[in-house]
Amino acid sequence: MATAVQIVERENYLNSNYGIKSWLLTTDHKRIAVLYLISITAMFWLGGFFAMMIRLELLTPAGDLVSSDTYNKLFTMHGIIMVFFFLIPSVPAVLGNFLVPLMVGAKDLAFPRVNLLSWYLYMAGAITALTAMVTGGVDTGWTFYTPFSTTYSNTHVIGAAIGIFIAGFSSILTGLNFIVTIHRMRAPGMTWRRLPLFCWSNYAAAVIMVLGTPVIAITLLLVALERAFNIGVFNPQLGGDPLLFQHLFWFYSHPAVYIMILPGMGVISEIVCCFSRKRAFGYEFIALASIAIAVLGFLVWAHHMFVAGISVYAALVFSLLSYLVAIPSAVKVFNWTATMYKGSISYNTPMLYAFGFIGLFTVGGLTGIFLSSLGLDVHVHDTYFVIAHFHYVMVGGMVMAYMAGLHFWWPKITGKMYPEAWAKLSALLVFVGFNTTFFPLFILGYMGSPRRYHAYPPEFQVLNVLSTAGASILAVGYVLPMIYFVWSLRYGADAGPNPWNATGLEWMTSSPPPTHNFDETPVVTWEAYDYEHQPQEEITVGH
Amino acid sequence: MAERAEHNEETGSVGHIAPAKLYVAIWAVLMVLTLTTVLVSMVDIGPMNIVVALVIATIKGTLVVLFFMHLRYSPKLTMATVIAAVFWLFLLLSLTMTDYLTRAWSTYPGH
Repeated sequence: MATAVQIVERENYLNSNYGIKSWLLTTDHKRIAVLYLISITAMFWLGGFFAMMIRLELLTPAGDLVSSDTYNKLFTMHGIIMVFFFLIPSVPAVLGNFLVPLMVGAKDLAFPRVNLLSWYLYMAGAITALTAMVTGGVDTGWTFYTPFSTTYSNTHVIGAAIGIFIAGFSSILTGLNFIVTIHRMRAPGMTWRRLPLFCWSNYAAAVIMVLGTPVIAITLLLVALERAFNIGVFNPQLGGDPLLFQHLFWFYSHPAVYIMILPGMGVISEIVCCFSRKRAFGYEFIALASIAIAVLGFLVWAHHMFVAGISVYAALVFSLLSYLVAIPSAVKVFNWTATMYKGSISYNTPMLYAFGFIGLFTVGGLTGIFLSSLGLDVHVHDTYFVIAHFHYVMVGGMVMAYMAGLHFWWPKITGKMYPEAWAKLSALLVFVGFNTTFFPLFILGYMGSPRRYHAYPPEFQVLNVLSTAGASILAVGYVLPMIYFVWSLRYGADAGPNPWNATGLEWMTSSPPPTHNFDETPVVTWEAYDYEHQPQEEITVGH
Repeated sequence: MAERAEHNEETGSVGHIAPAKLYVAIWAVLMVLTLTTVLVSMVDIGPMNIVVALVIATIKGTLVVLFFMHLRYSPKLTMATVIAAVFWLFLLLSLTMTDYLTRAWSTYPGH
């Protein structure tokens, strides 16, 4: 920078070339991550709109805002969009796509063109599912239980099923890309024991994506085929077995919960270490707990079927196995808190979200133990208790982690800082709004209020009003980041390569990173989270 | 790791050329097994019909994967991937069977 002539913006992945074609035909993992970011944000708002409609209907005990048929379609579309088109791709396809190659010191993912294909498949799946919704909707619930979905529902089941079938391939390809990249493209010196925990958890999620997704894809294809051609797979009238559908569906859809939460846990591991200025307590245990969750997650699916008429002996086995998942999950929670112990903690926005994650995930996880115990599950099955439980894990856990990660790496992705004060406010609003929305549902469920009805007895109204009020606070908490992230693109302060003074290869390149990530291949000679040997600079940004 | 990855980029996939005679032999075995499946299906041996058909199909699939798809000459990581896929299929089938095989054990009247 000695002469004025050289003050030119450094070449990066955003300014290397321009035009819509340079984005739609890109094979750069960072640009594909941005494409995913825009797409899943749109889906998040659509799913959120359906959620608000549900909450508005439940403001009063009478089913007055929408008819029961419309209500069935609303919660079905909310579920399908949020699960298959937002939560599953959220952290892996956006943050994972952007960060895994940077974190392992590679120039790109192993198969860049396959990566672009995965985005197109995602879009094709989303458009197919949305078409089914626009032309009349689906009313089966996101679970597509048979024989209702194959025989009795008069809605667009086939379109929605095909949409999820297509999007499944996008998920498989992303998982495949991560596995091969992490195995084969690590920089010299980046051993498995030096791998950032974010990569470990995305690796674990990738294993589930590759091994589990084909099962749901084929199962939903069978639903479509039975509906179209009356082949007897699931419908007992045609010689099929409806419980077979539930076995096949949950064989994927329970592990899918871990596809959603594991990458989120990776985000939290990165953030807790950075903002505590400590190495991860029990690094190996956190890493292997991810793998353990991925494997154990496949052995528990029938806890969704305890009241469906499965064998009591099978139910015993699945109940016991379900308890086991609590062990690696608890290992992670305890290790994060132990990492913070005697750490030099700073309360920046990503850390606030991480605190939220740890608390809410713990509540969500522990109520999961309630549901895996055979006796209690009979009482609260299909009530709002279940709704509260999985929203604590999915929204309180996963969306919190996604927001934490988005704030943490926003300076890396865009080169700009977001406004810290507004971001802290949004984190607070999300936490308060979330708890106000979903804690009353635990009580409602425990009192026996069943899910999936648009009307309810008047004595349940107070808790429902509380929940709807909370949802509007939560909505404000999500709208704020949308506004200030866009604002920061133009007006945000320049972030510099490493605003958090964090370890990790992604912070050693400029922000936004150049197209090929690193000017020369990095050589790693240190362990992950070597904060104790870093110069102890205060985090100055945003104070 | 990095060296092997570069090596693969230069040479494409892991190259191994098996002799044509081997392919013909495997093809012949597959044909014999297909014929066996057809013939066994014409004999009524009760529930063993489906068992025999599945065992033969598994052997055929294994031969195709090992020789035609070159798994036998592939690196250990590829083998581990295939073994994982088969193992997960085993998990799906065996844990589902814990339900189907024990559903009738219930002692409640009428169930």
